[in-house]
Amino acid sequence: MTDFTPTEMMTIAASRELSNDDVCFVGIGAPSAACNVARLTHAPDITLIYESGTVGTKPDVLPLSIGDGELCDTALFTVSVPEMFRYWLQGGRITTGFLGGAQIDRFANLNTTVVGPYDHPKVRLPGGGGAPEIASNCGRIFITMALSKRGFVEKLPFITSMGHGEGGDHRERLGMKTKGPTRVITDLCILEPDAVSKELTVVSIHHGVTREQIVENCGWPIKFASRVIETPVPSEVELATLRDINARTRKAHQASREAA
Amino acid sequence: MAKIVPLAEAIGDNVRDGDTVAMEGFTHLIPYAAGHEVIRQGRKDLFLVRMTPDILYDQLIGVGAARGMKFSWGGNPGVGSLHRFRDAVENQWPRPLEIEEHSHAAMANAYEAGAANLPFAMLRGYIGADLPKVNPNIKSVTCPFTSEVLAAVPAIRPDVTIIHAQRADRKGNVLLEGIVGVQKEAVLAAKRSIVTVEEIVDELAPPSPNSVVLPSWAVTAVSHVPGGAFPSYAHGYYPRSNAFYIGWDEIARDRDSFTAWIKENVLDAGPEDFARHAGKTPAKAA
Repeated sequence: MTDFTPTEMMTIAASRELSNDDVCFVGIGAPSAACNVARLTHAPDITLIYESGTVGTKPDVLPLSIGDGELCDTALFTVSVPEMFRYWLQGGRITTGFLGGAQIDRFANLNTTVVGPYDHPKVRLPGGGGAPEIASNCGRIFITMALSKRGFVEKLPFITSMGHGEGGDHRERLGMKTKGPTRVITDLCILEPDAVSKELTVVSIHHGVTREQIVENCGWPIKFASRVIETPVPSEVELATLRDINARTRKAHQASREAA
Repeated sequence: MAKIVPLAEAIGDNVRDGDTVAMEGFTHLIPYAAGHEVIRQGRKDLFLVRMTPDILYDQLIGVGAARGMKFSWGGNPGVGSLHRFRDAVENQWPRPLEIEEHSHAAMANAYEAGAANLPFAMLRGYIGADLPKVNPNIKSVTCPFTSEVLAAVPAIRPDVTIIHAQRADRKGNVLLEGIVGVQKEAVLAAKRSIVTVEEIVDELAPPSPNSVVLPSWAVTAVSHVPGGAFPSYAHGYYPRSNAFYIGWDEIARDRDSFTAWIKENVLDAGPEDFARHAGKTPAKAA
Protein backbone atom coordinates (compact mmCIF):
# COMPACT_ATOMS: atom_id res chain seq x y z
CA MET A 1 0.00 0.00 0.00
CA THR A 2 1.40 3.43 -0.87
CA ASP A 3 -1.76 5.43 -0.21
CA PHE A 4 -1.22 6.44 3.42
CA THR A 5 -0.63 9.59 5.44
CA PRO A 6 2.63 10.41 7.28
CA THR A 7 0.77 10.05 10.60
CA GLU A 8 -0.49 6.61 9.62
CA MET A 9 3.04 5.61 8.67
CA MET A 10 4.30 6.88 12.02
CA THR A 11 1.72 4.94 14.03
CA ILE A 12 2.26 1.73 12.06
CA ALA A 13 6.06 2.00 12.21
CA ALA A 14 5.74 2.52 15.97
CA SER A 15 3.44 -0.49 16.32
CA ARG A 16 6.04 -2.73 14.65
CA GLU A 17 8.51 -2.07 17.46
CA LEU A 18 6.35 -4.08 19.86
CA SER A 19 6.06 -7.83 20.28
CA ASN A 20 3.97 -10.38 22.18
CA ASP A 21 6.53 -10.50 24.98
CA ASP A 22 6.29 -6.82 25.78
CA VAL A 23 4.80 -5.50 28.97
CA CYS A 24 4.20 -1.97 27.82
CA PHE A 25 3.41 1.21 29.76
CA VAL A 26 1.33 3.20 27.30
CA GLY A 27 1.17 6.99 27.01
CA ILE A 28 -2.00 8.59 25.70
CA GLY A 29 -2.38 9.79 22.10
CA ALA A 30 -0.01 8.50 19.40
CA PRO A 31 1.59 5.84 21.65
CA SER A 32 -1.85 4.47 22.55
CA ALA A 33 -2.80 4.11 18.88
CA ALA A 34 0.48 2.37 18.05
CA CYS A 35 0.26 -0.05 20.97
CA ASN A 36 -3.29 -1.06 20.09
CA VAL A 37 -2.48 -1.54 16.41
CA ALA A 38 0.32 -3.87 17.53
CA ARG A 39 -2.14 -5.79 19.74
CA LEU A 40 -4.65 -6.08 16.90
CA THR A 41 -2.09 -7.24 14.32
CA HIS A 42 1.17 -9.03 15.11
CA ALA A 43 1.23 -8.92 18.93
CA PRO A 44 -2.13 -10.20 20.22
CA ASP A 45 -0.66 -11.27 23.58
CA ILE A 46 1.11 -8.00 24.39
CA THR A 47 0.36 -6.66 27.88
CA LEU A 48 -0.74 -3.03 27.72
CA ILE A 49 -0.69 -1.04 30.95
CA TYR A 50 -2.03 2.49 31.44
CA GLU A 51 -0.92 4.52 34.43
CA SER A 52 -4.48 4.72 35.76
CA GLY A 53 -3.86 1.19 37.01
CA THR A 54 -5.35 -0.94 34.22
CA VAL A 55 -3.21 -3.99 33.45
CA GLY A 56 -3.61 -6.16 30.35
CA THR A 57 -6.23 -3.90 28.83
CA LYS A 58 -7.72 -4.52 25.37
CA PRO A 59 -9.71 -1.41 24.45
CA ASP A 60 -12.04 -1.66 21.46
CA VAL A 61 -11.87 2.11 20.94
CA LEU A 62 -8.93 4.34 21.75
CA PRO A 63 -9.32 6.13 25.09
CA LEU A 64 -9.42 9.92 25.16
CA SER A 65 -7.98 9.96 28.67
CA ILE A 66 -5.59 7.69 30.48
CA GLY A 67 -8.45 6.41 32.62
CA ASP A 68 -11.46 5.93 30.34
CA GLY A 69 -13.85 3.23 31.56
CA GLU A 70 -13.09 1.22 28.43
CA LEU A 71 -9.59 0.54 29.78
CA CYS A 72 -10.87 -0.82 33.09
CA ASP A 73 -13.73 -2.78 31.49
CA THR A 74 -11.33 -4.67 29.21
CA ALA A 75 -8.38 -5.07 31.62
CA LEU A 76 -7.24 -8.33 33.19
CA PHE A 77 -7.16 -6.43 36.48
CA THR A 78 -6.99 -2.87 37.81
CA VAL A 79 -4.80 -1.70 40.67
CA SER A 80 -4.54 1.53 42.63
CA VAL A 81 -2.22 4.23 41.34
CA PRO A 82 0.33 3.87 44.20
CA GLU A 83 0.52 0.13 43.50
CA MET A 84 0.98 0.83 39.78
CA PHE A 85 3.92 3.15 40.31
CA ARG A 86 5.53 1.30 43.23
CA TYR A 87 5.20 -2.41 42.53
CA TRP A 88 4.82 -2.61 38.77
CA LEU A 89 6.84 0.34 37.46
CA GLN A 90 9.47 0.91 40.15
CA GLY A 91 9.50 -2.85 40.77
CA GLY A 92 11.00 -3.29 37.33
CA ARG A 93 8.17 -5.33 35.80
CA ILE A 94 7.67 -3.14 32.72
CA THR A 95 9.78 -3.98 29.68
CA THR A 96 8.83 -1.03 27.52
CA GLY A 97 7.57 2.50 28.04
CA PHE A 98 5.95 4.26 25.11
CA LEU A 99 6.02 8.05 25.40
CA GLY A 100 5.15 11.11 23.38
CA GLY A 101 6.20 14.64 24.18
CA ALA A 102 5.96 18.28 23.19
CA GLN A 103 9.69 18.71 22.68
CA ILE A 104 12.70 16.44 22.37
CA ASP A 105 16.42 17.10 22.04
CA ARG A 106 19.18 15.16 20.27
CA PHE A 107 19.72 12.93 23.30
CA ALA A 108 16.02 12.05 23.52
CA ASN A 109 15.37 14.07 26.65
CA LEU A 110 11.73 15.20 26.71
CA ASN A 111 9.97 18.40 27.75
CA THR A 112 6.26 18.52 28.55
CA THR A 113 6.52 21.12 31.33
CA VAL A 114 7.11 24.70 30.13
CA VAL A 115 8.26 26.77 27.19
CA GLY A 116 10.29 29.69 28.50
CA PRO A 117 11.53 30.13 32.09
CA TYR A 118 9.87 27.87 34.68
CA ASP A 119 8.81 30.76 36.96
CA HIS A 120 7.49 32.94 34.12
CA PRO A 121 6.62 30.53 31.34
CA LYS A 122 5.62 31.64 27.90
CA VAL A 123 3.57 28.47 27.61
CA ARG A 124 2.64 26.38 30.59
CA LEU A 125 2.34 22.73 29.42
CA PRO A 126 0.59 20.00 31.46
CA GLY A 127 3.75 18.66 33.12
CA GLY A 128 5.41 15.31 33.46
CA GLY A 129 2.75 13.05 34.93
CA GLY A 130 4.26 9.58 35.01
CA ALA A 131 7.02 10.30 32.50
CA PRO A 132 10.02 11.01 34.79
CA GLU A 133 9.84 7.56 36.38
CA ILE A 134 8.58 5.76 33.27
CA ALA A 135 11.72 7.03 31.52
CA SER A 136 14.04 5.68 34.20
CA ASN A 137 12.27 2.50 35.34
CA CYS A 138 11.08 0.80 32.14
CA GLY A 139 13.54 -1.58 30.48
CA ARG A 140 13.61 0.57 27.36
CA ILE A 141 11.71 3.54 25.97
CA PHE A 142 10.14 4.16 22.59
CA ILE A 143 9.11 7.69 21.70
CA THR A 144 6.73 8.66 18.95
CA MET A 145 6.14 12.24 17.79
CA ALA A 146 5.95 14.10 14.49
CA LEU A 147 9.23 15.61 13.25
CA SER A 148 9.11 19.41 13.34
CA LYS A 149 11.42 22.30 14.16
CA ARG A 150 9.19 23.27 17.09
CA GLY A 151 9.29 19.77 18.52
CA PHE A 152 12.87 18.68 17.78
CA VAL A 153 14.90 21.44 19.36
CA GLU A 154 18.58 22.28 19.84
CA LYS A 155 18.11 22.95 23.55
CA LEU A 156 15.17 22.08 25.79
CA PRO A 157 13.92 24.84 28.11
CA PHE A 158 13.18 22.13 30.70
CA ILE A 159 14.01 18.44 31.02
CA THR A 160 10.82 16.75 32.18
CA SER A 161 12.15 13.24 31.69
CA MET A 162 15.68 12.17 31.00
CA GLY A 163 16.60 10.23 27.92
CA HIS A 164 20.35 10.03 27.46
CA GLY A 165 20.99 13.30 29.35
CA GLU A 166 24.20 14.82 28.04
CA GLY A 167 24.87 11.74 25.92
CA GLY A 168 27.50 9.03 26.20
CA ASP A 169 27.31 7.07 29.45
CA HIS A 170 25.31 9.71 31.36
CA ARG A 171 22.57 7.25 32.36
CA GLU A 172 25.09 4.77 33.78
CA ARG A 173 26.82 7.58 35.64
CA LEU A 174 23.54 8.38 37.37
CA GLY A 175 23.15 4.74 38.37
CA MET A 176 20.43 3.80 35.90
CA LYS A 177 20.48 0.21 34.69
CA THR A 178 17.72 0.58 32.09
CA LYS A 179 18.39 1.32 28.44
CA GLY A 180 16.45 4.56 28.06
CA PRO A 181 15.16 5.64 24.64
CA THR A 182 16.13 3.09 21.99
CA ARG A 183 13.93 4.20 19.09
CA VAL A 184 12.21 7.47 18.15
CA ILE A 185 9.51 6.99 15.52
CA THR A 186 8.45 10.11 13.62
CA ASP A 187 6.17 10.74 10.66
CA LEU A 188 9.17 11.04 8.32
CA CYS A 189 11.79 8.64 9.66
CA ILE A 190 12.99 6.47 12.52
CA LEU A 191 15.86 7.55 14.78
CA GLU A 192 18.15 5.55 17.04
CA PRO A 193 20.73 6.78 19.52
CA ASP A 194 24.28 6.32 18.27
CA ALA A 195 25.92 3.40 20.10
CA VAL A 196 28.60 5.60 21.69
CA SER A 197 27.54 9.26 21.65
CA LYS A 198 23.80 8.43 22.12
CA GLU A 199 22.90 11.23 19.71
CA LEU A 200 19.72 10.46 17.80
CA THR A 201 20.57 9.38 14.26
CA VAL A 202 18.33 8.59 11.29
CA VAL A 203 18.33 4.84 10.59
CA SER A 204 15.20 4.44 8.45
CA ILE A 205 13.40 6.83 6.12
CA HIS A 206 9.72 6.43 5.30
CA HIS A 207 8.66 5.83 1.68
CA GLY A 208 8.60 9.00 -0.42
CA VAL A 209 10.48 11.14 2.15
CA THR A 210 13.76 12.87 1.23
CA ARG A 211 16.79 13.55 3.42
CA GLU A 212 16.28 17.27 2.79
CA GLN A 213 12.78 17.12 4.28
CA ILE A 214 14.17 15.49 7.41
CA VAL A 215 16.95 18.07 7.75
CA GLU A 216 14.51 20.94 7.23
CA ASN A 217 12.13 19.68 9.91
CA CYS A 218 14.69 19.12 12.64
CA GLY A 219 15.89 21.89 14.97
CA TRP A 220 19.45 20.57 15.18
CA PRO A 221 21.82 19.44 12.38
CA ILE A 222 20.53 15.89 12.27
CA LYS A 223 22.89 13.02 11.48
CA PHE A 224 22.23 9.99 9.31
CA ALA A 225 23.58 6.53 10.09
CA SER A 226 26.08 5.06 7.65
CA ARG A 227 23.44 2.54 6.60
CA VAL A 228 19.93 3.96 6.22
CA ILE A 229 17.06 1.75 5.05
CA GLU A 230 13.62 2.61 3.71
CA THR A 231 10.85 1.89 6.21
CA PRO A 232 8.59 -0.82 4.75
CA VAL A 233 5.28 0.73 3.70
CA PRO A 234 2.16 -0.21 5.70
CA SER A 235 0.59 -3.53 4.78
CA GLU A 236 -3.10 -3.69 3.92
CA VAL A 237 -3.79 -5.38 7.25
CA GLU A 238 -1.90 -2.75 9.25
CA LEU A 239 -3.57 0.13 7.51
CA ALA A 240 -7.06 -1.40 7.73
CA THR A 241 -6.57 -2.12 11.44
CA LEU A 242 -5.48 1.44 12.17
CA ARG A 243 -8.26 3.00 10.13
CA ASP A 244 -10.85 0.72 11.73
CA ILE A 245 -9.85 1.58 15.29
CA ASN A 246 -9.72 5.29 14.41
CA ALA A 247 -13.19 5.07 12.85
CA ARG A 248 -14.59 3.20 15.89
CA THR A 249 -13.03 5.81 18.15
CA ARG A 250 -14.48 8.74 16.19
CA LYS A 251 -17.91 7.12 16.15
CA ALA A 252 -17.83 6.47 19.89
CA HIS A 253 -16.78 10.05 20.65
CA GLN A 254 -19.52 11.33 18.35
CA ALA A 255 -22.12 9.23 20.16
CA SER A 256 -20.96 10.64 23.46
CA ARG A 257 -21.26 14.17 22.05
CA GLU A 258 -24.85 13.58 20.99
CA ALA A 259 -25.72 12.09 24.39
CA ALA A 260 -24.18 14.99 26.30
CA MET B 1 -18.78 7.69 62.36
CA ALA B 2 -19.55 9.45 59.11
CA LYS B 3 -22.48 11.82 59.17
CA ILE B 4 -24.83 11.42 56.23
CA VAL B 5 -25.75 15.00 55.40
CA PRO B 6 -26.73 17.17 52.43
CA LEU B 7 -23.73 18.28 50.36
CA ALA B 8 -24.01 21.96 51.33
CA GLU B 9 -23.76 21.00 55.00
CA ALA B 10 -20.83 18.61 54.41
CA ILE B 11 -18.85 21.32 52.62
CA GLY B 12 -19.92 24.05 55.04
CA ASP B 13 -18.82 22.01 58.06
CA ASN B 14 -15.56 20.68 56.69
CA VAL B 15 -13.97 23.01 54.14
CA ARG B 16 -12.54 26.24 55.51
CA ASP B 17 -10.83 29.21 53.90
CA GLY B 18 -7.12 28.58 53.58
CA ASP B 19 -7.43 24.78 53.85
CA THR B 20 -5.25 22.33 51.99
CA VAL B 21 -7.84 20.40 50.00
CA ALA B 22 -7.43 17.26 47.92
CA MET B 23 -10.27 16.42 45.51
CA GLU B 24 -9.00 13.19 44.05
CA GLY B 25 -10.04 10.93 41.21
CA PHE B 26 -7.75 9.59 38.52
CA THR B 27 -9.98 10.44 35.53
CA HIS B 28 -12.72 8.37 37.20
CA LEU B 29 -15.04 9.39 40.08
CA ILE B 30 -13.99 13.03 40.13
CA PRO B 31 -16.05 14.91 42.75
CA TYR B 32 -17.42 17.64 40.47
CA ALA B 33 -20.62 18.34 42.42
CA ALA B 34 -18.66 18.78 45.64
CA GLY B 35 -16.13 21.05 43.95
CA HIS B 36 -18.97 23.18 42.60
CA GLU B 37 -20.41 23.44 46.11
CA VAL B 38 -17.02 24.72 47.33
CA ILE B 39 -17.18 27.42 44.63
CA ARG B 40 -20.80 28.28 45.49
CA GLN B 41 -19.95 28.70 49.16
CA GLY B 42 -17.21 31.14 48.18
CA ARG B 43 -14.30 29.34 49.84
CA LYS B 44 -11.02 31.13 49.23
CA ASP B 45 -7.26 30.87 49.60
CA LEU B 46 -7.39 27.10 49.21
CA PHE B 47 -4.23 25.13 48.59
CA LEU B 48 -5.37 22.48 46.12
CA VAL B 49 -3.73 19.08 45.87
CA ARG B 50 -4.34 16.58 43.12
CA MET B 51 -2.28 14.30 40.88
CA THR B 52 -4.25 15.12 37.75
CA PRO B 53 -5.98 18.47 38.14
CA ASP B 54 -8.34 18.57 35.21
CA ILE B 55 -11.48 20.58 34.52
CA LEU B 56 -12.65 20.77 38.14
CA TYR B 57 -9.44 22.45 39.30
CA ASP B 58 -9.47 24.63 36.17
CA GLN B 59 -12.83 25.87 37.46
CA LEU B 60 -11.63 26.43 41.04
CA ILE B 61 -8.53 28.26 39.78
CA GLY B 62 -10.56 30.31 37.29
CA VAL B 63 -12.91 31.63 39.98
CA GLY B 64 -9.94 32.60 42.15
CA ALA B 65 -10.61 30.11 44.96
CA ALA B 66 -7.04 28.80 45.04
CA ARG B 67 -3.83 30.36 46.33
CA GLY B 68 -1.76 27.40 45.26
CA MET B 69 -1.72 23.95 43.78
CA LYS B 70 0.36 20.81 44.24
CA PHE B 71 0.07 18.49 41.24
CA SER B 72 1.79 16.21 38.79
CA TRP B 73 -0.14 16.61 35.52
CA GLY B 74 -2.32 19.62 34.78
CA GLY B 75 -4.09 19.20 31.48
CA ASN B 76 -7.36 18.32 29.81
CA PRO B 77 -6.70 14.64 29.10
CA GLY B 78 -6.48 13.87 25.40
CA VAL B 79 -7.63 17.42 24.56
CA GLY B 80 -4.87 19.84 25.55
CA SER B 81 -4.29 22.67 27.97
CA LEU B 82 -6.25 23.81 30.98
CA HIS B 83 -6.75 27.41 29.92
CA ARG B 84 -7.71 28.81 33.32
CA PHE B 85 -4.68 27.13 34.93
CA ARG B 86 -2.48 28.52 32.17
CA ASP B 87 -3.95 32.00 32.52
CA ALA B 88 -3.21 31.92 36.26
CA VAL B 89 0.39 30.74 35.78
CA GLU B 90 1.20 32.79 32.69
CA ASN B 91 -0.76 36.00 33.44
CA GLN B 92 -1.65 35.75 37.16
CA TRP B 93 -5.37 35.92 36.33
CA PRO B 94 -7.53 36.15 38.37
CA ARG B 95 -4.76 35.91 40.96
CA PRO B 96 -1.23 34.46 41.16
CA LEU B 97 -1.07 30.71 41.75
CA GLU B 98 1.78 29.21 43.74
CA ILE B 99 2.63 25.83 42.25
CA GLU B 100 4.38 22.81 43.70
CA GLU B 101 4.99 20.35 40.92
CA HIS B 102 5.86 16.67 41.22
CA SER B 103 5.75 13.47 39.19
CA HIS B 104 2.87 10.98 39.47
CA ALA B 105 5.10 8.46 41.21
CA ALA B 106 6.09 11.04 43.83
CA MET B 107 2.50 12.20 44.45
CA ALA B 108 1.24 8.61 44.75
CA ASN B 109 4.02 7.78 47.19
CA ALA B 110 3.37 11.01 49.13
CA TYR B 111 -0.31 10.17 49.60
CA GLU B 112 0.61 6.66 50.70
CA ALA B 113 3.09 8.12 53.21
CA GLY B 114 0.35 10.41 54.49
CA ALA B 115 -2.04 7.49 54.92
CA ALA B 116 0.72 5.56 56.70
CA ASN B 117 1.33 8.48 59.08
CA LEU B 118 4.92 8.89 57.89
CA PRO B 119 6.58 12.30 57.45
CA PHE B 120 7.90 11.69 53.97
CA ALA B 121 7.92 9.29 51.03
CA MET B 122 10.89 7.94 49.15
CA LEU B 123 11.15 6.63 45.66
CA ARG B 124 13.63 5.89 42.93
CA GLY B 125 12.60 8.94 41.00
CA TYR B 126 13.37 12.24 39.30
CA ILE B 127 16.70 10.88 38.01
CA GLY B 128 18.13 13.38 35.53
CA ALA B 129 14.92 15.45 35.56
CA ASP B 130 14.74 19.22 36.14
CA LEU B 131 11.87 19.29 38.65
CA PRO B 132 14.17 18.97 41.70
CA LYS B 133 15.86 22.21 40.53
CA VAL B 134 12.61 24.19 40.76
CA ASN B 135 10.81 22.42 43.60
CA PRO B 136 12.59 22.69 46.98
CA ASN B 137 10.25 20.00 48.34
CA ILE B 138 12.07 17.37 46.28
CA LYS B 139 15.08 16.27 48.29
CA SER B 140 17.04 13.06 48.68
CA VAL B 141 17.77 10.46 51.35
CA THR B 142 20.55 7.92 51.50
CA CYS B 143 19.59 4.34 52.25
CA PRO B 144 21.23 3.37 55.57
CA PHE B 145 21.71 -0.19 54.34
CA THR B 146 22.88 0.14 50.72
CA SER B 147 23.88 3.83 50.49
CA GLU B 148 21.64 4.24 47.44
CA VAL B 149 20.47 7.84 47.10
CA LEU B 150 16.69 8.04 46.67
CA ALA B 151 14.28 10.91 46.08
CA ALA B 152 12.30 12.14 49.08
CA VAL B 153 9.13 14.21 49.13
CA PRO B 154 6.97 15.33 52.07
CA ALA B 155 3.90 13.26 52.90
CA ILE B 156 0.61 14.76 51.73
CA ARG B 157 -1.62 15.54 54.73
CA PRO B 158 -4.69 17.45 53.49
CA ASP B 159 -6.93 19.29 55.90
CA VAL B 160 -9.76 17.75 53.95
CA THR B 161 -10.01 15.20 51.15
CA ILE B 162 -13.09 15.06 48.94
CA ILE B 163 -13.89 12.06 46.73
CA HIS B 164 -16.84 10.56 44.89
CA ALA B 165 -17.75 6.86 45.18
CA GLN B 166 -20.34 4.44 43.85
CA ARG B 167 -22.28 3.82 47.04
CA ALA B 168 -22.52 3.98 50.79
CA ASP B 169 -24.71 2.11 53.24
CA ARG B 170 -26.88 3.87 55.80
CA LYS B 171 -24.10 3.75 58.38
CA GLY B 172 -21.79 5.62 56.01
CA ASN B 173 -19.52 2.77 54.93
CA VAL B 174 -18.30 3.56 51.41
CA LEU B 175 -17.52 1.32 48.44
CA LEU B 176 -15.53 2.35 45.40
CA GLU B 177 -14.49 0.25 42.42
CA GLY B 178 -13.05 0.46 38.93
CA ILE B 179 -10.10 2.77 38.51
CA VAL B 180 -9.67 3.56 42.21
CA GLY B 181 -6.70 5.88 41.73
CA VAL B 182 -5.31 7.26 44.93
CA GLN B 183 -8.60 8.00 46.69
CA LYS B 184 -8.28 5.55 49.58
CA GLU B 185 -4.84 6.92 50.41
CA ALA B 186 -6.05 10.52 50.04
CA VAL B 187 -8.92 9.95 52.50
CA LEU B 188 -6.74 8.16 55.03
CA ALA B 189 -4.05 10.87 54.79
CA ALA B 190 -6.51 13.68 55.56
CA LYS B 191 -7.76 15.18 58.83
CA ARG B 192 -11.33 15.29 57.48
CA SER B 193 -12.99 13.66 54.50
CA ILE B 194 -16.14 14.07 52.45
CA VAL B 195 -17.46 11.37 50.15
CA THR B 196 -20.28 11.99 47.67
CA VAL B 197 -21.99 8.82 46.41
CA GLU B 198 -24.24 7.72 43.58
CA GLU B 199 -26.46 5.69 45.88
CA ILE B 200 -27.16 5.09 49.55
CA VAL B 201 -28.21 1.47 50.03
CA ASP B 202 -29.37 -0.80 52.84
CA GLU B 203 -26.61 -3.33 52.27
CA LEU B 204 -23.20 -2.26 50.96
CA ALA B 205 -22.68 -5.76 49.48
CA PRO B 206 -19.03 -5.42 48.48
CA PRO B 207 -18.48 -7.58 45.38
CA SER B 208 -15.32 -9.17 46.77
CA PRO B 209 -13.76 -9.63 50.23
CA ASN B 210 -10.94 -7.49 48.83
CA SER B 211 -13.12 -4.66 47.63
CA VAL B 212 -12.05 -1.10 48.33
CA VAL B 213 -14.19 -0.09 51.31
CA LEU B 214 -13.75 2.99 53.44
CA PRO B 215 -15.41 2.29 56.79
CA SER B 216 -17.74 4.87 58.26
CA TRP B 217 -15.32 5.51 61.14
CA ALA B 218 -12.62 6.64 58.67
CA VAL B 219 -14.87 9.14 56.86
CA THR B 220 -16.21 12.46 58.19
CA ALA B 221 -19.24 13.08 55.98
CA VAL B 222 -21.16 11.26 53.26
CA SER B 223 -23.54 13.04 50.86
CA HIS B 224 -25.91 11.47 48.38
CA VAL B 225 -25.29 13.23 45.05
CA PRO B 226 -26.32 11.07 42.07
CA GLY B 227 -24.45 12.07 38.92
CA GLY B 228 -21.98 13.97 41.10
CA ALA B 229 -18.94 12.84 39.11
CA PHE B 230 -20.17 14.16 35.75
CA PRO B 231 -18.51 14.84 33.29
CA SER B 232 -16.10 12.22 34.59
CA TYR B 233 -17.74 8.88 35.21
CA ALA B 234 -18.90 6.38 37.76
CA HIS B 235 -18.02 2.82 36.79
CA GLY B 236 -21.22 0.79 36.66
CA TYR B 237 -23.41 3.92 36.53
CA TYR B 238 -22.62 6.29 33.67
CA PRO B 239 -19.78 6.81 31.18
CA ARG B 240 -17.29 9.62 30.92
CA SER B 241 -18.56 12.46 28.77
CA ASN B 242 -15.57 12.78 26.49
CA ALA B 243 -17.66 15.27 24.51
CA PHE B 244 -17.85 17.58 27.54
CA TYR B 245 -14.08 17.40 28.02
CA ILE B 246 -13.61 18.27 24.34
CA GLY B 247 -16.18 21.09 24.57
CA TRP B 248 -14.56 22.55 27.72
CA ASP B 249 -11.58 23.66 25.67
CA GLU B 250 -13.61 26.38 23.99
CA ILE B 251 -15.53 27.42 27.10
CA ALA B 252 -12.38 27.86 29.18
CA ARG B 253 -10.24 29.50 26.52
CA ASP B 254 -11.96 32.86 27.04
CA ARG B 255 -12.35 34.59 30.44
CA ASP B 256 -15.85 35.86 29.68
CA SER B 257 -17.27 32.60 28.36
CA PHE B 258 -15.74 30.82 31.37
CA THR B 259 -17.28 33.28 33.81
CA ALA B 260 -20.67 32.99 32.12
CA TRP B 261 -20.47 29.19 32.26
CA ILE B 262 -19.65 29.26 35.99
CA LYS B 263 -22.59 31.57 36.71
CA GLU B 264 -25.07 29.45 34.82
CA ASN B 265 -23.81 25.99 35.79
CA VAL B 266 -22.33 26.50 39.25
CA LEU B 267 -23.45 29.70 41.00
CA ASP B 268 -27.06 29.49 39.79
CA ALA B 269 -27.23 25.70 40.05
CA GLY B 270 -27.19 23.10 42.81
CA PRO B 271 -26.09 19.54 43.54
CA GLU B 272 -29.47 18.22 42.42
CA ASP B 273 -28.70 19.38 38.86
CA PHE B 274 -26.19 16.55 38.58
CA ALA B 275 -28.97 13.97 38.90
CA ARG B 276 -29.84 14.21 35.21
CA HIS B 277 -26.46 12.67 34.41
CA ALA B 278 -26.97 9.76 36.80
CA GLY B 279 -27.85 6.33 35.54
CA LYS B 280 -27.05 2.74 36.06
CA THR B 281 -25.62 1.50 32.83
CA PRO B 282 -22.39 -0.31 32.05
CA ALA B 283 -19.64 2.30 32.35
CA LYS B 284 -18.30 1.83 28.84
CA ALA B 285 -16.46 5.00 27.91
CA ALA B 286 -17.64 6.75 24.81
